[in-house]
Amino acid sequence: MKADVDAPLTPSGLGRLLRRPRFGGKMGGAAEFVVIPALALAASLVLFGIFVALFGKNPLDLYFYMYQGAFGTWFSWQNTLTRAAPLILTALCTALPAQLGMVIIGGEGALLIGALCSTAAALALQEAPSLFVDLAMAGAGMVGGGLWIMLSGALRQYRGVNETISSLLLVYIALAILNYLVEGPMRDPTSLNKPSTRDIGAANMIGSIPGTDVHWGFVFGIIAAVLSYILIYHTVFGFAARVAGGNIRAAKVVGLSVGKLILVICFLAGAAAGLAGMMEVAAVQGRTNANLAAGYGFAGILVAFLARQNPLAVIPVSILLGGIGASGGLLQRRLGLPDASVLVLQGVIFVMVLASDSLYGRLPFLQRKAP
Amino acid sequence: MADPGNIGLWTVPLAVLGGAVRVSTPFLFVSLGECITERSGRINLGLEGTLVMGAMSGYGVSYLSGSPWLGVLAAGVTGAAMGALHASICGLPRVNDIAVGIALMLFGTGLAFYLGKPLIEPTAPRLPSIDFGWWSDIPQVRAALRINALFLIGVVLAPVLVWALRTTRWGLIIRTAGESADAARAMGYSVNLIRLRATMFGGFLAGIGGSFLSLFYPGSWNEGLSSGQGITAVALVIFARWNPMLCLAASILFGGAAALGPALQSVGFSHGYHLFNAAPYILTLLIMIVTCSPKRTLIGAPAELSITR
Amino acid sequence: MNLDKISRRRVLQGTAALTLGTALPLKRAAAADTTVGFIYVGSRDDYGYNQAHAAGAAALKSMPGVKIVEEEKVPETEAVEKTMESMINLDGATLLFPTSFGYYNPHMIKMALKYPKLRFEHCGGLWTDKDPKNAGSYFGYIDEAQHVSGIVAGRMTKSGKLGFVAAKPIPQVLRNINSFTMGARLANPKVTLQVIFTGDWSMPVKEAESTNSLIDQGVDVITCHVDGPKTVVENAARRGAMVCGYHVNQAVLAPQAYLSGAEWNWEVLYPRFVKMFTSGETIPNFYRGGLKEEIVKVSPYGPMVSAEARKHADEVKAALTAGTYVIFKGPLVDNKGKTVIAGGVSRGQTDPELEKMDYLVEGVIGATS
Repeated sequence: MKADVDAPLTPSGLGRLLRRPRFGGKMGGAAEFVVIPALALAASLVLFGIFVALFGKNPLDLYFYMYQGAFGTWFSWQNTLTRAAPLILTALCTALPAQLGMVIIGGEGALLIGALCSTAAALALQEAPSLFVDLAMAGAGMVGGGLWIMLSGALRQYRGVNETISSLLLVYIALAILNYLVEGPMRDPTSLNKPSTRDIGAANMIGSIPGTDVHWGFVFGIIAAVLSYILIYHTVFGFAARVAGGNIRAAKVVGLSVGKLILVICFLAGAAAGLAGMMEVAAVQGRTNANLAAGYGFAGILVAFLARQNPLAVIPVSILLGGIGASGGLLQRRLGLPDASVLVLQGVIFVMVLASDSLYGRLPFLQRKAP
Repeated sequence: MADPGNIGLWTVPLAVLGGAVRVSTPFLFVSLGECITERSGRINLGLEGTLVMGAMSGYGVSYLSGSPWLGVLAAGVTGAAMGALHASICGLPRVNDIAVGIALMLFGTGLAFYLGKPLIEPTAPRLPSIDFGWWSDIPQVRAALRINALFLIGVVLAPVLVWALRTTRWGLIIRTAGESADAARAMGYSVNLIRLRATMFGGFLAGIGGSFLSLFYPGSWNEGLSSGQGITAVALVIFARWNPMLCLAASILFGGAAALGPALQSVGFSHGYHLFNAAPYILTLLIMIVTCSPKRTLIGAPAELSITR
Repeated sequence: MNLDKISRRRVLQGTAALTLGTALPLKRAAAADTTVGFIYVGSRDDYGYNQAHAAGAAALKSMPGVKIVEEEKVPETEAVEKTMESMINLDGATLLFPTSFGYYNPHMIKMALKYPKLRFEHCGGLWTDKDPKNAGSYFGYIDEAQHVSGIVAGRMTKSGKLGFVAAKPIPQVLRNINSFTMGARLANPKVTLQVIFTGDWSMPVKEAESTNSLIDQGVDVITCHVDGPKTVVENAARRGAMVCGYHVNQAVLAPQAYLSGAEWNWEVLYPRFVKMFTSGETIPNFYRGGLKEEIVKVSPYGPMVSAEARKHADEVKAALTAGTYVIFKGPLVDNKGKTVIAGGVSRGQTDPELEKMDYLVEGVIGATS
């Protein structure tokens, strides 16, 4: 059975999966990378419609409210984009290491550490001009988050510890550190029933994009995604990373320093999630507390896989998932669906998109351009 | 700070022992099941979702039927169905098993929360415990030795699985599929079918692990029931070197570590309790750092497994 | 985003918030109705904190002209701001109840400033003059009910050791622990209370482990302050310990072992607030109350509770309800031997100092950090 040989159970298999050309690739062209996910998405919506119909809800109502809640009004759009903002950055935390064939699922931990570091930076620089404070916060958040994920990369490289597991364990550890610091050494004594660090100061808060409620994290996310795309697909470094992701032995033969690649890419990945943490502090919460552990890091994993680990595709997928989140409230209020319906829908989409991986190169009507 | 009187401090090891038995069972079942799945050459990270589904369906069936053991069976069957879903998607060409696992983690959790809403309030019949501490006059000892049959089944299952993997035909087939898919095919077996069965078996056990959570300890269904036990158990398999007996040891160690935080606080040692609560995760990471090596493939690692490389 | 969307945005910006909803193509309640939005941080049926609020919201459903919209499991992030706005813009809600502590600052404050004509009522926050006038905070002195439960516990314990499973060492929790302990020591001065902090609001395995650890220490009455007390109540009863409930009545979970409990009584407060709102009366920005104001209540005593325990508890309950009894009065010593309320000082329930509580009183075994 050919299928088994192709199953990406080996590093090179996974690498093959990830290395496959995306936009403008040779096999099937760009169309395949739009049509297949769109089919998977449509199929998921149908399945989810059937699922809610089993509970006596009208699927047409479902689609209507989902559209209304996510994209139907200007308010809904802002709701969607607000929710998408942190996801772009946390998705990069999974998408970048995936170029090397690594599966990092610890973006949540890097986000928390990034938030802590950026808050610490802001609190240390209370007197400085706000632009300087914000730059320092971004720097601290990115370095903190970067080092956190780099730890997973280093453990993989130097100790052979599986990075998927170690990055996940580091999430729990990061959460414990955050709770410990926020309720202990870094606690603002006036934060009574919600233990928090001190406030970074209203002057240091980053506002919203003019004319919207969407904070600047959305723009920084897009910039980070574009820069990541350029890095991976248009630089020698990115080429080296993809070679190493495809076949570590080949990479070593041609003299690539795989260890350096792993450390740098993991650092960049963690820096993206750390920046997401910094933005949550500087644009939303104004302080660090347990509210930051809201699952953005975990949602980012989903985004990265749905985007097939392509940094540019992360942007529209984040908006799509932001939209699903935004419509969740309306589904609760209008259709009486439980909050978990959003999780079910996300799970169905995730499963369908992954299952559709097997369709690449197999849809006859998309194969005309294939050599 | 410390409680006066030395009986107080003795409760720490006792509570850790009791906690090890109580907390370890879900880890034990998930890791034993995952052990078999991984030995067949496939990793199922979705067992977190399976565990939660098992907890929900087990509780639901126990509530509706009045029989907790029927609940356990239902949880296992649900788990096996989740495993079948995982295996059949992974059986498609070019689909990555790690990604499917993460997807099913999300799907299983979401579905369990969705279907489990009406089950949060009712009280379902629970599994009984067996009193092994009858010989002792000390109530703490008796409490620690009040053990659920599932734990005992898990303890027996571990050596049985070692034996089955080593000596039975099925064990050989699973190991062959895990070491070399080509060899298994050359022997005329369908690798996908082998892995389907192994993943369903893993799902079955993980579902039962979930039913332990809802039907024995802590003993009711709610959405915060699993704090990552399923996914942590998958990590346990790796440092247990794919050996069921070591899975048993690792699970007990992990359960004991989880009981350490509350036990220390109960005797008045409460500083930095957040860090003690993270002890199981820190411990797992440290053990992995110490026991892994970049120089060689992990001893006991199935060669086909994507996660070991 | 096309021109249509942008022009709609102008419409939104240029129109008073109250009329926004009508501009949108969504079905909504008739203008004559008052739509009230409730937001919960957890599941509505958690046998605890959120269920108590949902029960209060359900009490509004019988009021004519009042429509309820609810959303559960909303995290304390920007998501709650968007939920509030969505209820305002799409459902036409004019009175909002974000019920979790973490919703207050910055989220609810931000929304109150953005929608100055709407009313925002927060559970647990500390409204001050600096906060917007259309925002308010309310809370119940549930420590009064805890004090009464404590008396029952103190009378009923045989070992003289009580146990308390708590989420985090924050003032609201510490106040409950202290009040319960002081009640118990009123009944029996030799009683001690062991506290275990689980670290978070919903950690069933840790809560069960804590309960078992406490019972291993010889504790025979257990109570808790976590979001869903079901785990603690059931596990304590299974080990043969007596329990005092919290948030809602958990007697059905442990009919024999249940002694008493401190419950919210939002079913009384929410209709009161909504009546004030619909009749044009201003809801006080800072609203607090205890047994006297019927914001909290004590569970009916369990079958095991002795006559003398009932008598003692009822006496204190009557005095609290009459407003003639002060729980926190000096001299009060904490468990490190420091005097926290000097002799002669009497801190009534409304005293803001109590909202900053950071100590555990004498008789509590445990530390706040």
